[in-house]
Amino acid sequence: MTSIDLGERDLFGWHEALAKGDVHPAELVQASLDRIAAVDEQVHAFLTVTRKEALQEAEQVDVTLSPLAGIPAAIKDNICTQNVPTTCASRMLHNFRPPYDATVIQRLRTAGAIAVGKTNMDEFAMGSSTEHSAFGVTRNPWDLGRVPGGSSGGSAAAVAAGEVPYALGSDTGGSIRQPAAYCGVVGLKPTYGRVSRYGLVAFASSLDQIGPITRTVAESALVMNAISGVDLHDSTSAPVEVPDFTATLTGEVRGLRIGIISEYMGEGIDPSVRQAVQQAIQTFERLGAEIVEVHLPTTKHALAVYYLIAPAEASSNLARYDGVRYGYRTPQAKSVVEMYKQTRDEGFGTEVKRRILLGTYVLSAGYYDAYYKRALQVRALMKQDFDRAFEHCDVLLSPTTPTPAFAFGEKTADPVTMYLNDLCTIPANLVGIPALSVPCGFTPEGLPIGLQLMAKAFDEATLFRAGDAYERAAGFTGRLPELAA
Amino acid sequence: MRISREEVDYLCELARLTLSEQEAEALTSDLDEILNFAESIQSVDTTGVAPMSHVLSLQNVWRADRLRPSLPVASVLQNAPESVEQMFAVPGLLEEE
Repeated sequence: MTSIDLGERDLFGWHEALAKGDVHPAELVQASLDRIAAVDEQVHAFLTVTRKEALQEAEQVDVTLSPLAGIPAAIKDNICTQNVPTTCASRMLHNFRPPYDATVIQRLRTAGAIAVGKTNMDEFAMGSSTEHSAFGVTRNPWDLGRVPGGSSGGSAAAVAAGEVPYALGSDTGGSIRQPAAYCGVVGLKPTYGRVSRYGLVAFASSLDQIGPITRTVAESALVMNAISGVDLHDSTSAPVEVPDFTATLTGEVRGLRIGIISEYMGEGIDPSVRQAVQQAIQTFERLGAEIVEVHLPTTKHALAVYYLIAPAEASSNLARYDGVRYGYRTPQAKSVVEMYKQTRDEGFGTEVKRRILLGTYVLSAGYYDAYYKRALQVRALMKQDFDRAFEHCDVLLSPTTPTPAFAFGEKTADPVTMYLNDLCTIPANLVGIPALSVPCGFTPEGLPIGLQLMAKAFDEATLFRAGDAYERAAGFTGRLPELAA
Repeated sequence: MRISREEVDYLCELARLTLSEQEAEALTSDLDEILNFAESIQSVDTTGVAPMSHVLSLQNVWRADRLRPSLPVASVLQNAPESVEQMFAVPGLLEEE
């Protein structure tokens, strides 16, 4: 048995240990596999563990390739991994083994990173609790009676449970940041276009982004160094230079203008969350940042806009699941149309069907102008709101979520109640800007609370600088829950 | 009600979904609730605002028209529920309706 505890060091520390030869990659991978074996029965963060492949790669990897070389990672199960099941936590793709790697996977491979498995999620990334997985729920490592958030609940729980040092998730309306907040870890949704979406199973193409879930902000920056940049395979990836994100982590935020979004500090925000965020504002003030109040009046429509646009795009994207080329096919059908309908009925869960029908409705003749087109117009107004706000501040600050992690079943009965979880996270997707969730305290019951920071498009560097300075001063990051092994 | 059961049945037709009776009833009331919730955007003055379908400043992306390797047919077909030679196979198209 190995004696390595992955929580002992951060990514920088493990890289140093590997480079010096103090640790072998196989020991790190084994430590990850052992931890998964010890706690994943309780947490259920993983849908697939690629034990054999990971150990094999660990034997061959050159640890000098990059700072991530030889270090294990977990991948959300909507990111294509060649010949390794990629199910989107859906019955529809239960047997799907992609014939190619997503660009982010290729980039991690080139960097020498080692994937140990695929993580659980809400089916097709539609949900905020991981309760919509077709393969069972993931449990929050801080309180096994509560959800880890979603849709990247498995990735966030895997990091919080100490199973891996970092994981990749995807974020369409908060699916990286909200579970990161609920699990007490760091989650980044990059600028739209910063990271290639090639090989990310599409949910809402104008909103989806892949990003890292880590224990600290500095590690988030390190992972972003490896996965960012333009890609021939994704015409929406941006030809914008990728700086060394770790180089900006000076701990210095003096003079940085931080805008407090007043719409997100009042009604609808849990008092314990509000209090923790207010303390974070004081921390920034103490560090010498300039605090300004910001109004974003159109954000009150953000949820409505999102729940029209995202399902519209989803209904189109999910038309591809027809039982013809891959995935599930009903064994019953006698005609093609019957096959389509039965396959989709049997293959999709209720939340996915709900969104497909909603999207079909808002795109259909007679409703398109009133719903879809109008939502796109309000989206444009929202962008103007944010552009104006960034004229007099560098970073925007709000809670990541209105409440801490909730109990299983608490919000599944009513879809709109579930959607309200995404209140603070959705605008960043609609306007395409980067947003980071950093732990900022705990409720009296010991549940983690997340602070959200947002910056201008392609200004992740400022986001990392602010988040890193804050977490060093506040000291909430890097804490992991105690799980009985 | 903003949406009727008949409309949901029609949407199912468009989206190629069959639903159980129970699921169709539940989804009708869910959609109604969500559409009610989304109604707030009708109060926004959007006169003269161009719809924003994406946030990119890009208009079009060009690349050289050069041959690049693509996936081998065998690996593309490996996930097919049914295939014949180099094709995906489906139940008969012509005998229906």
